Amino acid sequence: MASARVRLTFPENLIKEPLIYTLGRDFNLVTNIRQANVDEHVGWVSLELEGEQLEIQNGLEWISNKGVRADLVSGDVVDG
Amino acid sequence: MGYAINLKCRGCSREIEIGPYNVCDYCFGPLEVVYDYDAMRPGMSREAIINGPRTMWRYKDLLPVDADKVIDISAGYTPLVKADNLGKKLGLEQLYIKNDSVNPTFSFKDRVVSVAVTKAVEFGFDTVACASTGNLAGSVAAHAARAGMKAYVFIPEDLERGKVVGASIYGPTVVAVRGTYDDVNRLCSELSDSYNWAFVNTNMRPFYAEGSKTLGYEVAEQLGWQAPDHAIVPGASGALFTKIWKGLHEFLDLGLIGAFNTKMHLMQAAGCSPIINAYNAGSAFIKPVKPDTIAKSLAIGNPADGSYALRTISDSFGSGYAVPEEEVVKGISLLAEAEGIFTETAGGVVISGLKHLAETGVIKPDEVTVAYITGNGLKTQEAVEALVNPMTIDPTIESFRQVIGNI
Repeated sequence: MASARVRLTFPENLIKEPLIYTLGRDFNLVTNIRQANVDEHVGWVSLELEGEQLEIQNGLEWISNKGVRADLVSGDVVDG
Repeated sequence: MGYAINLKCRGCSREIEIGPYNVCDYCFGPLEVVYDYDAMRPGMSREAIINGPRTMWRYKDLLPVDADKVIDISAGYTPLVKADNLGKKLGLEQLYIKNDSVNPTFSFKDRVVSVAVTKAVEFGFDTVACASTGNLAGSVAAHAARAGMKAYVFIPEDLERGKVVGASIYGPTVVAVRGTYDDVNRLCSELSDSYNWAFVNTNMRPFYAEGSKTLGYEVAEQLGWQAPDHAIVPGASGALFTKIWKGLHEFLDLGLIGAFNTKMHLMQAAGCSPIINAYNAGSAFIKPVKPDTIAKSLAIGNPADGSYALRTISDSFGSGYAVPEEEVVKGISLLAEAEGIFTETAGGVVISGLKHLAETGVIKPDEVTVAYITGNGLKTQEAVEALVNPMTIDPTIESFRQVIGNI
C-alpha cells in the first residue's frame, strides 16, 4: 500500500460534483480528509489517499483531467 | 544547547517533539519551531550580539540549533547600503538596500541552508538534497561540501547552464529531471518520502525557514537597533517575508529594539503571483498557479507560506504588488545604474515594486525604507542580455572619435 498527501483545488463549476467519492470508488482509494474550505466560488480539500501506487497516480491524473488542481500539501518542493 | 523546544503546527497549534518533519500529521498544516524565550532572555543583549561572529551566526541563540559547531561558510552580515542615488530618483530620502547578493554563493539562500545543514548534521543525516531552479542548488552543494556530506541536487532539465555550473562546482550529484515543473515537484516529494536524506525544503523546512529571520535581525541592528518604516521583500513561498516579520517581533519581545510600525510589502512577478492575486481579491485563499515568469527564483506556483504571508501584509498594514514582467529587467537596470549593485531578476521585481510604492505615495519621502536584494545578477545574465551592446572600433583614436562623437 502507498499513500499520498494532496491538496485538491476545485473551480467553481466543479464544486457540486462528487469527485472525491468517485475518486475513492473508481480507483479503490481510501480518502481521508484533514482540512477543507469550500464556498460558492472555490473550494480546496487537503486529504490523504491510500491505495496502490499506480491507482493513486491514475486517480490524480483522472481528477486533474476533470479540471481539479492537485498539489502537494506542503507546497511546492522546487525552490528558487 | 539551544533554545528550540518543539515544533508547532501553524494550522491547528498542536506541538510535537523536534525532528525532521515539516507537516502536521493531523491537519497537514506547516510546522514551525517553538523557542523558550524566557530561558533565552537572560543571555540576550545587544552587546552579546555585537561581540558575536560577523556572520548570521551572531544570532545563534535565536536559531533552532543545539550543536556548538555550525556549518558556516560565512553567510550573512551583508551590507546595508544607504541608496542616495536611487533614493533621489524615487523621491525617497531614507532608502536602504540590504545587499544579500554578496553571500558566499551569491544569494540569501546561504542563510537558510546554513541552518538546515547544521540541523541535518545534528539529526545524524549523511546526505542532503534539494530541488531547485538555481540559488538553492548552489547553496546546498556548497554547505554539503563544507560539512563533508553527500549532496543530491535535482534541477529541471532546461535549467540555464550558468546555474548548473554554480551548483556542480561543489561536487554534488546533480540530477536533471525531464518533465514539467509539476513533474519535478511530484518526483522530489516522492524522493523525499523514499530516501533517508535531509531534504532541505521538505523534511528540514521548519529549520531551514528560520534562517531567514536573520534578515530581519541584521537590518534592525544595522539601522542602529530599530526597525524600518517599510520593508520591500520578494515573494516566492512567502517564507522569507513572514520570517523577516517574525525576526523583528522577536527582537522587540527580547527588548533589543523598541516598538515599531514596519509596513511589510510583498513583491511578486506578474507571471507567478498567487499570493498577490489573493491579496488583490481580498481573499484568504491562495489559488495555485502555473509559473510563467522571467523571475525563475520566485517561480513557486503553490506557495507553502502564502496564507501566512497574506496575514503578515494585513498585520503590518503593508501591501502586495504584482510587478509586470516587462518591468523586471528595468528594475535590475535601475539599481545597477544608480547604485552599482547588479541583482538577479528577483531583485528587479523588488526595485520595480519599490518604484511603484514610491510613485503611488505609499512610501513618504522621509520614511526609512529597506529594499531586500536577495540574489546576484551574475546568475541571471541571460535576462539582461538585450541590454548588452558594446561599441566596436578599430584600434585608432579616429575610429573611437567616429563612434563616440566629440566629448
